[in-house]
Amino acid sequence: MSMPVSVPRLAGLFVVLAAVMAFAAIFSDAPAYRQIPPGTGVIKFSFNHSADRAKECRRRTPEELAKLPPNMRRPVECPRGRRGIVAELTIDEKTVFSGEIPPSGFAKDGPSQIYRRFVVKVGSHTVTARLRDTPRTEGFDHERTEAVTVVPGQSLALDFRPEHGGFVWR
Amino acid sequence: MIAALRYGVRRVFDVAERGLDRLAGPALNPLAQLGALGFFLFWIVAVSGIYLFMLFDTGVENAYASVEWYSTRHAWHAGVMRSFHRYASDMMVVVMALHLLREFSRDRYRGARWFSWLTGVPVIWFLYMSGITGYWLVWDQLAQYVATTSTELLDWLPIFGEPIARNFLAPSSLSNRFFTLLVFLHIAVPLVLLFMLWIHIQRITRPKVNPPRTLAALMMLALFAVSVAKPALSQGPADLARVPSPVGLDWFYLPLYPLADAAPGALWGLLAAATVMLAAMPWLPPLRRMRPATVDLPHCNGCGRCVEDCPYDALQLVPRSDDLPYALEVAVDTDKCVSCGICTGSCPSSTPFRSVGPLVTGIDLPDLTFASQRERVHELAKVSDHKVSDQSPRLLVIGCQHGAAGTRTDDTLSLPCVAMAPPSLIDYALSRGFADGVVVAGCAESACYNRLGVEWMQQRIAGERDPYLRSRVPRERILSVWASPTEGARLDRELAAFKERLATMTESQSPAEAPAIREAAS
Repeated sequence: MSMPVSVPRLAGLFVVLAAVMAFAAIFSDAPAYRQIPPGTGVIKFSFNHSADRAKECRRRTPEELAKLPPNMRRPVECPRGRRGIVAELTIDEKTVFSGEIPPSGFAKDGPSQIYRRFVVKVGSHTVTARLRDTPRTEGFDHERTEAVTVVPGQSLALDFRPEHGGFVWR
Repeated sequence: MIAALRYGVRRVFDVAERGLDRLAGPALNPLAQLGALGFFLFWIVAVSGIYLFMLFDTGVENAYASVEWYSTRHAWHAGVMRSFHRYASDMMVVVMALHLLREFSRDRYRGARWFSWLTGVPVIWFLYMSGITGYWLVWDQLAQYVATTSTELLDWLPIFGEPIARNFLAPSSLSNRFFTLLVFLHIAVPLVLLFMLWIHIQRITRPKVNPPRTLAALMMLALFAVSVAKPALSQGPADLARVPSPVGLDWFYLPLYPLADAAPGALWGLLAAATVMLAAMPWLPPLRRMRPATVDLPHCNGCGRCVEDCPYDALQLVPRSDDLPYALEVAVDTDKCVSCGICTGSCPSSTPFRSVGPLVTGIDLPDLTFASQRERVHELAKVSDHKVSDQSPRLLVIGCQHGAAGTRTDDTLSLPCVAMAPPSLIDYALSRGFADGVVVAGCAESACYNRLGVEWMQQRIAGERDPYLRSRVPRERILSVWASPTEGARLDRELAAFKERLATMTESQSPAEAPAIREAAS
């Protein structure tokens, strides 16, 4: 059963509570965390882009069109599936990413997506990005090489924007 | 191994709790109010959040600027509120972690208590989601780090279309609308958290959702002192063209974020495993407990005292199913019953004075009947008579299995809760001369294993709660000791002192019928 508590005891309880609260306040923003080492920056390689269709569009024959309901008689049939995108990123001639990025979605008809982060030392770097999004089996459809200077803590993003001509730095 | 871990954690809690008991008394012991403090902190966070929201401006530029504006230009009110918001949120994590550990250490998560434990698991998730979405809104460097790391972590799961982290690719990729979404999330998720907290307390009666006013006031005062001494501040504006490093992390909400940077898959695995393990704990291994309480209808008149006293909402009054002239009877929800026996102690039929026919009460534990309690009193009296040839006082110890008397077997009527013993049993032992003194040895006041047993027993003895201890019972022959399992030595000391006091009492104070009844027991 509760009994009256003396003022000194209440003061003691206040000290305990304030100490716990101070513990919470101290660790609410310290110690600091370093996401990347000193003297480094980050290059992000990311895009969201659809490759060409996996199969070419083709014209339906008159016989095929006749079999379809009248409201679905589109003369051209285009399978919805997309190809994967083959991409490659080299920094100072070292390949840091190379691979085929599959299309997204259950029907494999969405864009290919990638988001990668690379920590690099400060200074000048030659960055080359390549991308293949057509039926060709060798070589690349898009390529950009550029010398970039990374300053400490900098974050550079290399995106692919076909409407802007291909790879762009953001 | 789990039992050893539980014991170790319990020892630590016991030391801290008894220290706080001595400092401020059981009623103001913050460790005994962790659930209530959690609710209290939630309301502080909610009120301060609403206050800050009125001054907050959404938008890539505006968010940071508005927070800076009120934190610096209006530090005396909005700045303090911001600190309240931040530190009360952090304290919620502290309180939640302590609450979880304390319930674990007291083995109060298995058996019928699985529901409260299991519903506490999503509470952890929603608390973290509430806090983390809040950090984004400030849009300082910490917000940038939290946003990019959180989205990179989410993108590891193959459930999103376009990687969400692309929203933070470069300064130009972020739109003001994103902040509108964040504000919505930071309001919606805490509301879900509140809903989950409400579910969390559904299977207990009289849940403590408000701490004592004095404790609440001291908590607010401490929060204010810390808010003034170390105000919560921003860490410079976010800049997506730069990596926020180093950044001051909130180690209560973001302790695993460094792991998210290094190995997001491992972090998801860790979180999934921890969640599954926590959720499965009530059945690892399942608690072996006595069978739940049963009702004996011929002895139940539907008075509802047991329903009033049950700490677990396991009893209900339902329409009568027999021909007796009462409107209601008690029904036991066996899924909720933890077999504490408090209902037996509150039943007016539980009177040991009955001499005709078998001793049956209205509601009882089949594995520890009220009749067996009376038998045990008789047995202990016989043992005392054999042992004591020097006429030193004989004690009847009514001990809780979860308190300091839990390990005493020779001289104790050991019960799952002292409130299982009706006050009439004390009267019976003293008036019939089975003992010269009765010791009620329950859990520590601030740590009752069955939540309300200590409180009910105190009120019954004080004549404040039905069934009352009759006024004729000499109170000087009753000793209440509220002690945890680590306080066995204190219990022994108090028993010895009580015996000495009893020995010095005059003959007129001793139970009148003692000699005759002592014979009856033999």
